[in-house]
Amino acid sequence: MNKVLGDRRAIFLLLGPALLVYTVVMLVPIFWSMGYTVFDGNALTGFTFVGLDNFAKFFGDPTALSATWFTIRYAIILTVLQVGFGYLLALLYTFRIKRASSLIRTIFFFPVVLPTVGVGLLFQKLFEAAPTTGPVNGFLNFLGAPSVDWFGYADSSFWVVILLDLWRSMGFYAILLYAGLVDIPEELLESARIDGASGWKLVRSIVLPLSLPVLLSSLIFSINGTLKVFDTIVALTNGGPGNTTTPLTLYMFQTSFSYGEYGYGSTIAMMLTILCLLVTLLIFRSTRRDLTKG
Amino acid sequence: MSTAIKRGRRVMPLVALVSAGVLAMTACSGDGGGGAAGSGTFTYLGQNENTTIVDTLKTLSGDQCKTENAAAKLTPDAIPGTTWDQQLQLLAGQGGLSNFSMAAGTPSLMKQFIEGDQVKDLSTELKDLDLEDKILPAAASTIKALHGTDDLYALPTEFNIEGFWFNKKMLEDNGITPPETWDELVDAAATFQAAGIQPFSASGEQGWPITRLVGNYLFRELGPDALQKVADGDAKLTDPEYVKAADEVAKLGSAGYFGDAPTSIDYDTSINLFLTGKAAFLYMGSWAITAFNDEAQNQIGVDNVGFVPFPDVEGGKGSSDQVPANVGIPTMFASNGFTDDTKAWLGCIVENYGDTVLKDNGVVSGFQIDNPPADLPATTKLVQDVIAKAPSSVLWFEALMSAQATTVSQSNGGGLANGSITGEQFMKLVQDANQG
Repeated sequence: MNKVLGDRRAIFLLLGPALLVYTVVMLVPIFWSMGYTVFDGNALTGFTFVGLDNFAKFFGDPTALSATWFTIRYAIILTVLQVGFGYLLALLYTFRIKRASSLIRTIFFFPVVLPTVGVGLLFQKLFEAAPTTGPVNGFLNFLGAPSVDWFGYADSSFWVVILLDLWRSMGFYAILLYAGLVDIPEELLESARIDGASGWKLVRSIVLPLSLPVLLSSLIFSINGTLKVFDTIVALTNGGPGNTTTPLTLYMFQTSFSYGEYGYGSTIAMMLTILCLLVTLLIFRSTRRDLTKG
Repeated sequence: MSTAIKRGRRVMPLVALVSAGVLAMTACSGDGGGGAAGSGTFTYLGQNENTTIVDTLKTLSGDQCKTENAAAKLTPDAIPGTTWDQQLQLLAGQGGLSNFSMAAGTPSLMKQFIEGDQVKDLSTELKDLDLEDKILPAAASTIKALHGTDDLYALPTEFNIEGFWFNKKMLEDNGITPPETWDELVDAAATFQAAGIQPFSASGEQGWPITRLVGNYLFRELGPDALQKVADGDAKLTDPEYVKAADEVAKLGSAGYFGDAPTSIDYDTSINLFLTGKAAFLYMGSWAITAFNDEAQNQIGVDNVGFVPFPDVEGGKGSSDQVPANVGIPTMFASNGFTDDTKAWLGCIVENYGDTVLKDNGVVSGFQIDNPPADLPATTKLVQDVIAKAPSSVLWFEALMSAQATTVSQSNGGGLANGSITGEQFMKLVQDANQG
């Protein structure tokens, strides 16, 4: 093996194709897109160099700022909820329903494999207010409450989107965190129990610190995934009502491909990338000390 | 043998690299639904949702345009309308527009095509073919006004008027005459609401059926040049007289006149609500007469559908005979690949499309009709009469706005319909987007 890996040609042969594909498909478009951030225009009208004007425009654009605020709010709330519920489910799988957990795991994981557009349509029908009354409004009517136009108002739309994504993703995080929890040595848990630790105390003092690395990975996965949310929202609300559920990704898409402003669209993409990097760094930094101690 | 192995080893990385490169190129390539014109073909690109144009072209290719089809075979293709402008933009950027296609949905994108010489100036070509008279002047002027040009860059494969369609029986039963003024319309809506009948059916999900009301109110109150002034920068949508129009529509929304959840109502549902007798009025274009004439859809009866133009606003500078008109999505010819064969197709379409589409589909186009069918449905005749009698026409609210302002306007139209935003908020959002 050492002989093969010591051969430059072998390394080139093994890595070359993958690197080439990665470069052509990923790196070139990324750098191309970075280049667009200092230009204005599109393939039809041609491109004009505008320096940093697109970045200045971003900070003065109320729609961009509202999309940024929506993105951050959505990412934080959904990350807390999906990792939190995922962790609770993982604890349940590990400590409460050990034997039946494979069935429960499958049930909770099922929404993950469903196509987003299908789930979007499902939730549209669930929360429908007109022309037919969906099951949720039907239940409200049964309780004597009037129907709610869930997709007609910013707040209710936001929470339906959150609910949809939570339902879709918590099974995935439960499995991810479960893999971390089953790695905790049984002897350690047993000795903690002998020392009198149980319930919340066991979780807080033993389980949580030992599952912190996988929890951290889940947080990074989650925050980056939620900051880049696109398909769920397009399928469910298409950013509406108005632009109240429009995240940066959708605004970037509209700006580039509907409004024909490639430069500004690329700038929005760059700002989103920077946001993802900053948040990831923040999570790493805030947990570094604990990790080294662990 | 060992030399061959050595050579093979040297060649292998190269083969691997080339293979990977080819793989990557293959992954990146794709038909994309468009494709430039090829010799011996006449390519057409349309939207999946619109089958009228392509069906008519197919009919023509086997009949009046047989010769043109033999020289350049009609090769139709279609893509979803939801990403229409995006696809056209990409195709145009690559010089890959089809010979003939539906035009861009947003007039501002058409202006870019015209400025970039992507689409053919049809005025010159039709003059050359001696077919200028085959386009109805009203349709030609609507297209020219849309594109802000003196020349014609698209064909009016549809010519629509818009206004309020109403359920005659419902009005009669409630003692209401077709409203001639805005106040009468609002009073009628209040009467219906009190009687437990939904006054208006409108798609808040689409938004435009609501924003059309704002635009028309502006034309009636401030005159037909109201939105041209905004486009020219002489007025702003946030000026009080403009905000008033949006407020008037928002008031209808706040009163619940568009139903309980108008933002959940899509286009088909809005038509369906009206045609099943669940709403009294429907603001819609005359393209919907295909549905009105369909007995399976129209449960209230074809003879029970009435039409009234958008009413006057008392004391306003505009008039209800300035009928809101549009050409749907017209069709355009690409400059790239415009050969003599393509020109022959242009001539044949202009000469024969209007008669064929009216006979086969009951669609009123902007072409001169030479042989009107004897058995036209009443609604189609009504539309023809209104078009013939209208002294002038007006465009729609977003016609002269940017693509971004159009999106913002239509995505917030539902907010006016359910009363969740005020007229002032709406106009500010659209004005900001139009400036940006």
